Amino acid sequence: MEGHSTYQPKNKVARWFESRLPLVGLVHSSAIAYPVPKNLNYFWTFGAILTLMLVVQIVSGVVLAMHYTAYAPVSFARVEHIMRDVDFGWMIRYIHANGASMFFIAVYIHIFRGLYYGSYKAPREVLWILGVIIYILMMATAFMGYVLPWGQMSYWGATVITNLFSAIPYIGETIVQWLWGGYSVGDPTLNRFFALHYLLPFMIAGVVILHIWALHHVGQNNPDGIDVKSIAKDTVPFTPYATIKDTFAMVVFLLFFSWFIFYAPNYMGHPDNYIPANPLSTPAHIVPEWYFLPFYAILRSIPDKLGGVICMFGAIVVLLFLPWLDTSKVRSARYRPLYRQFFWIFGIVAVGLGYLGSQPAEGGYVIASRILTAYYFVHFIIILPVLGFIERPKPLPASIADAVLAKGGATVVAGASAPQTKG
Amino acid sequence: MKKTILLGAAALALLFGAPAFAAEGHDDLPHRESWSFAGPFGTYDTAQLQRGFKVFREVCASCHSANYLYFRNLAQEGGPHFTEAQAKAVASEYQITDGPNDQGEMFQRPGRLSDHWPAPFPNDPAARVANGGALPPDLSVIAKARASHVGFPGFITDAFTQYQEGGVDYIHALLNGYVEAPEGVTVQAGLNYNKYFPGHQIAMPKPLSDGQVEYTDGTPATLDQYSRDVAAFLMWAAEPYLDTRKRIGFQVFVFLIVLSGLLYFTKKKVWKNVAH
Repeated sequence: MEGHSTYQPKNKVARWFESRLPLVGLVHSSAIAYPVPKNLNYFWTFGAILTLMLVVQIVSGVVLAMHYTAYAPVSFARVEHIMRDVDFGWMIRYIHANGASMFFIAVYIHIFRGLYYGSYKAPREVLWILGVIIYILMMATAFMGYVLPWGQMSYWGATVITNLFSAIPYIGETIVQWLWGGYSVGDPTLNRFFALHYLLPFMIAGVVILHIWALHHVGQNNPDGIDVKSIAKDTVPFTPYATIKDTFAMVVFLLFFSWFIFYAPNYMGHPDNYIPANPLSTPAHIVPEWYFLPFYAILRSIPDKLGGVICMFGAIVVLLFLPWLDTSKVRSARYRPLYRQFFWIFGIVAVGLGYLGSQPAEGGYVIASRILTAYYFVHFIIILPVLGFIERPKPLPASIADAVLAKGGATVVAGASAPQTKG
Repeated sequence: MKKTILLGAAALALLFGAPAFAAEGHDDLPHRESWSFAGPFGTYDTAQLQRGFKVFREVCASCHSANYLYFRNLAQEGGPHFTEAQAKAVASEYQITDGPNDQGEMFQRPGRLSDHWPAPFPNDPAARVANGGALPPDLSVIAKARASHVGFPGFITDAFTQYQEGGVDYIHALLNGYVEAPEGVTVQAGLNYNKYFPGHQIAMPKPLSDGQVEYTDGTPATLDQYSRDVAAFLMWAAEPYLDTRKRIGFQVFVFLIVLSGLLYFTKKKVWKNVAH
């Protein structure tokens, strides 16, 4: 989808510069002339929202780092110093802390959008895999960031998660001590987590560039999941069409974000993290941040420690293989009557795992977690591959232009492409 | 399709029914009180914070520290808002260890606005010894460090109602929660029965009772009133910029709503001639 730039520098200096470094042309081709399918809905604005959130997190985070100190005896007090003594420190910290949650809300919508409309299928496999890598980096960053205020949940969350690596046979203990920089979570751990928490966002930014590059190379998927046939008929230029739509969506998202920053800033957090870290007192329930809860539920549902760790990481790694696990040739769930149902069941299962992850690991909760964990993997490993062979997709529209007209109620030559008999 | 609905319903039932097979039952939940600082336009009640400060100073502060408070905070806007002279007078009633002086010696001097609120004990072991082995927690952020467990679906509605007062409700309930232990419950020596404390056995003896602190503004000198006032004071101590936060939040909302309206109509106009 590249090479549609019509950029011709008008003045001499710009021409001189462009012939040496075609920077303006690059921006022009990727943010102005880039063809965008006409039929995108608002779920396609989350890419822009996520970019905004990455910038918000990096900017607020850099400012926080100017006032923060990573030293176990004072870190808790330093965060309170930011909240009380730094001008608008409370706002910057609440932006950053709630920003992490907003980032994950947006990324989960973005991922489920991809799942529903089959955005991971050829030719977008690499784009999808880069997205999964961003997601993994985000989780690592968020986890380490949560440790920095050095409250009870910071300390005990770090203890539980780093201890997972001790499940690795033979070298597990050594690895854990190497991660900690000692014999328990302590000041060395806090310091390295701070260093990594500052580093990883820039790695995310790097992979985001690759992600956008891959996107602009293969072009965006769309709600009908069909290829662009004619740039003129099926697409509109990125500017002004996508620019204005994305900006509107970003501002609406900021409204949602502001609700939490200004009116419910501690809603997403855990009260125990306002208690300074105390290695001698374990909280009654150690709960990770909400965005990790489904994986936490999977971890705890397996009675064997190593098995639990493998399943937890497996639940993320399986996403990397999704483009090949889904055997259907049809992308969008709009035209996949069976997959659409399984998509929603999977959604309910994922939310259910999240709820179970927040509950104590006992009694019926464990049984429910096991059932849902099993279903999580069955969805990817059995249902998706089989579905491609047994499902009869609905007829696809001939083109995006046709799909758009059909939606508008105009008479269309529907089903110009032969209805697939098999995926 | 029917199958999906059935399956979905089963999954939902499994989720929402889950609390039914939770191993532990729920204790009495603190009652949700009405607070002047709740909701989008909430602000602290200065008179209430001043009364709460009196209770805190005369009762709580004799065992609990509040290390992140400064004397200067007492004169802060959106807080108890004492005059600077009043705050200075409070500070000067405390002796603060300063130094070393040019002789290399530590010395005592009256407190200043720039001093931290002095802790009642020099260190944690000293606090434990004086309190039967239990450490009275620091009260600076206690109102944000406590909450009552809401469970499903309360935690979802709380996001919409902006309920952020779980900590103060808990403190109010706890201070009113000293009752006779129910029959069959043996309270360990040195502990006290409290309806709202997790596990019900708390080391802190009943700290407040009717008439204990003198109120000069005609407010009833009752346990219920004391506990409301001191809980509100502790909320302010934990969240001193709440008034500012909510005020700015309203401005941000007005701005973003207007901006999103303008963008919406611009978007409509841009897309007017494109079927999509």
